[in-house]
Amino acid sequence: MKKQYLINANIIDPHNSINENGGLIIGEDGKIEAVGKKVNINNLPTREKPTDLKGKYIFPGIVDMRVFVGEPGFEYKENFRTLSNAALSGGVTSVVTMPNTDPIIDNVSIVDFLKRRGRDKSKINIFPCASLTQNTDGTNMTEFGLLAKKGIIAFTDGVKTIQNTRLMSRIMNSAKDLGCLIMQHAEDYDLAKNGMINSGIIATKLGLSSIPDIAERIIIERDLTLLEQTKCRYHISQLSAGKSVDIIKERKQNVKFTCGVSINNLSLNENDIGDFRTFLKLSPPLRREEDREALVQGLKDKTIDVIVSDHKPEDEESKRLTFAQAATGASGIETLLSLSLELFHNGSVKLETIIQALTSNPAKILNINKGNLSIGNDADFCIVDINKPWIVKKENLISKSKNTSIEDKKLQGKVTNTFVKGIELFKI
Amino acid sequence: MSFRDFIAIELVLMAIKINKAIKISQKHLLGIQDLSVSDINYILDESEAFIKLNQSKNKKIDVLRGKTQINLFFEPSTRTQSSFELAGKRLGADVMSMNMGNSAIKKGETLIDTAMTLNAMHPDIIVIRHQDSGACNLLSQKVNCVVLNAGDGRREHPTQALLDALTIRNRKKKIQGLKIAICGDILHSRVARSNIYLLTMLGAEVNIVAPSNLMPKEIEKFGVNTFTDMKKGLKDCDIVMMLRLQNERMTSSYLSSNREYYEYYGLTPDKLNHAKSDALIMHPGPMNRGIEIDTRLADDINKSVIKEQVELGVAVRMACLKIFCE
Repeated sequence: MKKQYLINANIIDPHNSINENGGLIIGEDGKIEAVGKKVNINNLPTREKPTDLKGKYIFPGIVDMRVFVGEPGFEYKENFRTLSNAALSGGVTSVVTMPNTDPIIDNVSIVDFLKRRGRDKSKINIFPCASLTQNTDGTNMTEFGLLAKKGIIAFTDGVKTIQNTRLMSRIMNSAKDLGCLIMQHAEDYDLAKNGMINSGIIATKLGLSSIPDIAERIIIERDLTLLEQTKCRYHISQLSAGKSVDIIKERKQNVKFTCGVSINNLSLNENDIGDFRTFLKLSPPLRREEDREALVQGLKDKTIDVIVSDHKPEDEESKRLTFAQAATGASGIETLLSLSLELFHNGSVKLETIIQALTSNPAKILNINKGNLSIGNDADFCIVDINKPWIVKKENLISKSKNTSIEDKKLQGKVTNTFVKGIELFKI
Repeated sequence: MSFRDFIAIELVLMAIKINKAIKISQKHLLGIQDLSVSDINYILDESEAFIKLNQSKNKKIDVLRGKTQINLFFEPSTRTQSSFELAGKRLGADVMSMNMGNSAIKKGETLIDTAMTLNAMHPDIIVIRHQDSGACNLLSQKVNCVVLNAGDGRREHPTQALLDALTIRNRKKKIQGLKIAICGDILHSRVARSNIYLLTMLGAEVNIVAPSNLMPKEIEKFGVNTFTDMKKGLKDCDIVMMLRLQNERMTSSYLSSNREYYEYYGLTPDKLNHAKSDALIMHPGPMNRGIEIDTRLADDINKSVIKEQVELGVAVRMACLKIFCE
């Protein structure tokens, strides 16, 4: 590979506290050789032809902590190839995949298959999760130690929650012994039973069963109480309620844990469901505007660590149904960054905070050397025209499934190029 | 047919034709929420003519001759389905009632595919009842014909609310200013929702009476008063509308027992005494006698208008079929 010189960019790398105009040099080995303001036209060898980015932004490649891929079992919804193409167009270079496949990722033999497929078909970095319990049925733990040795980065039941408190306590003990990261989808099943959307006037009006926000809070409070006893690596996948943010803010002062939020819950509220739009049937559900504002505030004051896409591709057949019958989830990896930038453009959150929640924070939680532009690291990054206007059109989506929650939305800011290991794999 | 009958029918038909000039604001009848006050009054006025027609000897007219009406019922129904079927037939439409228990749905066909299949047969009206809220909305997006909602999940049952309004208007000569209590299983009730929209739109004061477990969240935002004490909720009411306890929709313990429910929320002469002395009792049916209503009250011809509701239901559905089909 030839050495590449990029100059005149706005570089934001929260991990290294870089936020300045400068350039980036990619070595012949695809690693970062130099970064920052020192890299400018005056310091480069005259024989080299640098690429002038004309003030576009360079961000570390996004690390998306919550992604559903259809392999194995649901290849018709998304496979590793289509996922990585979709990810690259959104500036995402590393993904954490959920274990809710068919079969469930719950034993070492399937991890080999997953890693092989991930390596052969994917152009981005795949970090697979395994389930917390066998077949995600919430009764018996999986082999955390053996799975971690095989390369499993974290453990979660994905769309499911551990309901049994004793089991959760034992999971935490094992996770502590083995140093594993566990991620909980916080929802009390009994309170959320048959629920589809947030509890309140919209649910009453649409006549849909609902999920009260306390269903989330009860699991969070239970887990944090357990965590005080057993200090393990614990992460709450997604928050949806303003009340949860308050609790987390308070509890973070005493006990160490992290939490994330889906970009959907940061950008939309229950009113967007309108006339039974099944693409907005999400888990956790969209809640009130006050909740959304509280989540944005939580991101701003760093109570919330991570933004995820909660990318859940569903084919048309799973969504062209009544609201009760339709599958849950929205495709979102391609629009994750652009939609997050809306929070910057409307003045809600600082750009650096957003990029931190998309890159260095998830990498730190996962304990991986990604999401930064450190010298000597793989040159995984994206170039972004932060002001470029565009409209989300179903037909332009790259993901195999087109169930976007923000169809026809006008966005500002678009990834123009994405590099993985120094190779430009996406370009507008 | 006597001359008087003939004249009566002629007047009815004239009335039906004269009203033709007014248009309804919606293409489909999916819910009361979508209608305006003038839409509702238009349907109610139009129904009046059909009440007389239904009481006469020759009940059949031909305003829907050549039209095809399909009744698509995914949930069991006696009165609504037969009412819609009669209404269509009396207007001269070809009516086909489909029992979805035996259909391709059982073989895994989706609602949309069923809709597309039926749509290809060029019906003019589809009347749908479905257990999922919003099913009629989905259907209406996919077919070319008119969709009439005969009940979707717990969302809306517009023709029931219209027939209730017609019954009230017939007896009390107005709706504006009346005090109306809707009691019972509000949470699972589409009838309650449609009635709340309609009655508040027409200026009635609506009291909702239910135990907290059967009270939908934030229902007071619809502009109603909520009560967990039935006696307080019935105080000075002109109309007491009882709802059926929908045991089939109850997935977990909402109530301790039917007998306790009857004690606190069943309509008994004692509780009815709190309402006005000329208060009327309504119930959309089917009734659980001895659970939500004392069987003597249900049959009390001086107080109960439950049979009249059924009678007027046919008229309201005829009006809806005619208006939306034009």
